[in-house]
Amino acid sequence: MLDAAVERKPSLIGRLFRSLRLPLNEPFAVLGLLIYALFVLTAIFADQIAPYEPTEILFTPDYNLAADLRPGEDGYILGTTSLGRDIFSQIVHGSRSALLIGITAAFMVALIGSIVGLVSGYFRGWVDVILMRLADIAFGIPFLPFVIVLAAFLEPSIWNVVIAMALVLWRDTARVIRSQVLTLRSRGYVDAARVAGSSDLKIILRHIAPNILPLSFLYGSIAIGWAILTEASISFLGFGDPQSISWGYMLQDAFASQALAKQAYYWFVPPGFCIILVVSAGFFITRGYENILFPKLGR
Amino acid sequence: MPHLKAALSRTLQLLLVLWAVVTILFLMFRLMPGNPMAAYIDPTFTIEQQQALMAQFGLDKPLWEQYLIYVGNLLQGELGQSFRYREPVADRILALLPNTLILTFTSLIIAYVFGILAGAYLAWKRGGVVEHAAIPLVLTTRAMPEFWLGMVLLAVFSFNLGWFPAGGTRPAGANYDSLWALYTSRDFLTYLALPALTLAIYSQGLPLLLMRSNMLDVMKEDFVTMARIKGLSNWTVVVRHAARNALLPVMTSFAIAVGYQLQGNVVVESVFSWPGLGRELVNAVSASDYPLAQGAFLMIAVVVIVMNLIADLLYAFLDPRISHA
Repeated sequence: MLDAAVERKPSLIGRLFRSLRLPLNEPFAVLGLLIYALFVLTAIFADQIAPYEPTEILFTPDYNLAADLRPGEDGYILGTTSLGRDIFSQIVHGSRSALLIGITAAFMVALIGSIVGLVSGYFRGWVDVILMRLADIAFGIPFLPFVIVLAAFLEPSIWNVVIAMALVLWRDTARVIRSQVLTLRSRGYVDAARVAGSSDLKIILRHIAPNILPLSFLYGSIAIGWAILTEASISFLGFGDPQSISWGYMLQDAFASQALAKQAYYWFVPPGFCIILVVSAGFFITRGYENILFPKLGR
Repeated sequence: MPHLKAALSRTLQLLLVLWAVVTILFLMFRLMPGNPMAAYIDPTFTIEQQQALMAQFGLDKPLWEQYLIYVGNLLQGELGQSFRYREPVADRILALLPNTLILTFTSLIIAYVFGILAGAYLAWKRGGVVEHAAIPLVLTTRAMPEFWLGMVLLAVFSFNLGWFPAGGTRPAGANYDSLWALYTSRDFLTYLALPALTLAIYSQGLPLLLMRSNMLDVMKEDFVTMARIKGLSNWTVVVRHAARNALLPVMTSFAIAVGYQLQGNVVVESVFSWPGLGRELVNAVSASDYPLAQGAFLMIAVVVIVMNLIADLLYAFLDPRISHA
């Protein structure tokens, strides 16, 4: 009985996955998804991959501080920092905070943006007017300065970036989804559902939301990049969480420890590369989506 | 005049947004944890100074009255006293604004000239090897943390090759008769080069991608086909007909880019110790110099909002097909 039901109707997760319409035939998008997968695996198995604790202070065999070692020296793959910490281990552990911030911020931005866009576009009227004026105001707030001021008032924590993004960056997603909903709600099948007596909630959830899911995902993958870049900037400026090792923290540490003058490229180049890889992976996925969602663009 | 009416309603909207941002700023600095007086009064001020500021900003009055006084002061350009510099915030900000604007516009002009040319070229060569290699490269420059790019350029061109100074706007101890003398000196250019290049590399992606996709759209339009049928050369078609029309939306995006750039300036100015608004904001926040932090934030916000409006108006003005319905 149960098996038959499963066969007839794919599971909820299966349906959700299918309605994401992942652009699996676009080579760039696949590359982006592979990069994501690589970083997720690194983050999960960070403890196994990293040879040392990221904040552990290391010593050479003759009991000196293992500071400013070049890559390969004494077996440190990427060398050590001025405080004698293993750079490679920091890179590996940095993937954790990057993905944690990236995914939660993207989830918040996509969720809030989608809900605002859905409500605004579906109900129109005064709800729409109020929500879109709020979006205008959010567009008037300079984002990075806002995060800095917020971070100064709140306890230093990686969540400040997530909070700030949830408060401000829903605006782009909301506007795009709203305009999409405006065209969807005048489609025949939505009218049909309404005539058949479906409630507003049911129409939104069953008929409209599944169609905007790819757009939410698209804006989510842009937001992952934004979150990681913002966290890096904030940590670099010294408003980050000193307890958590992130790529931005590493860059700040390197900058403050004169790594530029010491020509310690092995220290500040790898974190930058990691940021670029993850963020551009989001862009590549986005482009793959654009070719599916808006076939005219980019061709 | 439908344009005038639309412009008027847009401007009213701008005032609404401005008011909202000012209010959010007020609430952020008053309701956040810590002493509410701390927003304006430094414990090291003399008693007389403290009392003068208390009266000026009504800090002993209820919150709503403080709010009215705050807005009234703002309308007169009164932003309070900086804790660290012991001078009016407004003066300090106006002194820093030119540095930030010079950096912003220099980098954006470089970025737009390059981006427009390269974008048009890529559209012309669409489907070729160049395009397949260039687009991911451009996307990668958009994915770079700006300050990291600045660090790499500094390490290579300043610390290794010694071609450019490592930060600031002038050699140590150098004095100039006027700001104008500083900005036109050769030294200033060497100081400007690296931060401007950093911001330009980051910013060229937007005009490039926009120009390219606009060109591709325009080349499908009837008047371009018509020009081809007339037997005009490929060059004439691409440059005289397609590029000119594709350019308009790219130019509008310039205004928006100014707003974005000001936010990016915050980190890049810090890397290069460039004495601008962004670096001052960071320093003021770190040093709990709240009046200065508020002022710098407000100034950046005003530029962002005004630039958004200019972009909106330009867009409608340049392309009459856009309706304001």
